[in-house]
Amino acid sequence: MSEIIKTDVVIVGAGPTGLFAVFELGLLDIKAHLIDILPKPGGQCAELYPEKPIYDIPGFPMVTGQGLVDNLMQQIEPFGPTFHYNEMVEGLEVLGTPQAPAFRVRTDGGKIFETKAVIVAAGGGSFQPKRPPVATIETYENSSVFYAVRKMEDFRDRTVLIVGGGDSALDWTLNLHPIARRVILMHRRDDFRAAPHSVNAMRELVASKQMDLLIGQISGLKGENGQLGAVTVKTAEGLVDVACDRMLPFFGLTMKLGPIADWGLNLHEQLVPVDTEKFETNAPGIFAIGDINTYPGKLKLILSGFHEAALAAQRVHRYVYPEKKLLFQYTTSSTNLQKKLGVA
Amino acid sequence: MTKITFIDAAGQSRTVEAEDGSTVMETALKNAVPGVEAECGGACACATCHVYVDESWVARLPKAEQMEEDMLDFAFDVRPTSRLSCQIKVRPELDGLTVTTPEKQG
Repeated sequence: MSEIIKTDVVIVGAGPTGLFAVFELGLLDIKAHLIDILPKPGGQCAELYPEKPIYDIPGFPMVTGQGLVDNLMQQIEPFGPTFHYNEMVEGLEVLGTPQAPAFRVRTDGGKIFETKAVIVAAGGGSFQPKRPPVATIETYENSSVFYAVRKMEDFRDRTVLIVGGGDSALDWTLNLHPIARRVILMHRRDDFRAAPHSVNAMRELVASKQMDLLIGQISGLKGENGQLGAVTVKTAEGLVDVACDRMLPFFGLTMKLGPIADWGLNLHEQLVPVDTEKFETNAPGIFAIGDINTYPGKLKLILSGFHEAALAAQRVHRYVYPEKKLLFQYTTSSTNLQKKLGVA
Repeated sequence: MTKITFIDAAGQSRTVEAEDGSTVMETALKNAVPGVEAECGGACACATCHVYVDESWVARLPKAEQMEEDMLDFAFDVRPTSRLSCQIKVRPELDGLTVTTPEKQG
């Protein structure tokens, strides 16, 4: 078993709201660990619209998604948060009491945290690979159909159909080609988004007949007992069956609530209801801020998430420092806060 | 007002009024037209507002830009008439536009 990480707060999700929560907690001397399934901070801002302008962040007439994330990262730097990327929180176990909450949080990467509070700032849920809407695909998942390559050995001497036109599809085409029996790359058009050098490398392999390129789309799956035998492909010439025993579809990411649904929190249409004083859920010590929560009048705005983070932090302070009285202070005038920010 | 007709995968048709300058996706959401999800909110980043434009309208719309074509790679059952409805801007000339929503947005 891995070493247990002890912390004041675990923040689930490193989007703008989760990042700003680090700031508000930090001013109150509360340490946080952030866990995010993406390989980088910023959540939807960084994953969906890094280049898009945002016009409703107070004080910024215009800032891009990535620009906002970069600024937030700079703003929270003095508080030294610890980030755990590429991991999803799977399990949450209640250890404490409603008066003195404590939780054990477990990720799919095997990390275990013991924490006094949990702030769920998971936005629209976790980003997960998109599943092509093809009948029976679930029955082949993790035996013949994979959305990521965890072990390359699973593909040795297999006939692998890779579907997609981006970097993931092209990179795995090139990486698996030496060990697979045959690699077939399928894409809906003969035009690829992936880096030109990998597209060129792929085209050379196709020209020398070391792999196949097919222009078409998945239409159906054939096989039995979870073992894929062929994929029916819609091509310009009609339907054809392509024999293969492994498929890797790369259709981007979508957001799913995921394991949060199993933590015993009240849910309302995939959102977590909270009060508007502390932004605490029905479980004392578990908070929900940002797009994932709901309350009367809720607006899914980044600025709402920031406000919610500030108020949740006040309550978290009571759990982390039950004996301390919280004195409200301003960063403009408090030497104490300025010391924490490293500017005094 | 510009009118747009949405036909769902089962064949049911809904004609709604669209505001010029808005997008076909926004028009669908505003009128609670089923079959358009628009997970990303119109950033051309998710391909869940995929529609099939009526054949007679395809040539009358501005061509899809590279970004839209790239994002269509993430949609399913893409056809020559496929478009992302967040990228179609409503203009008076589009009065009568008909689009069909796919069976699934993936």
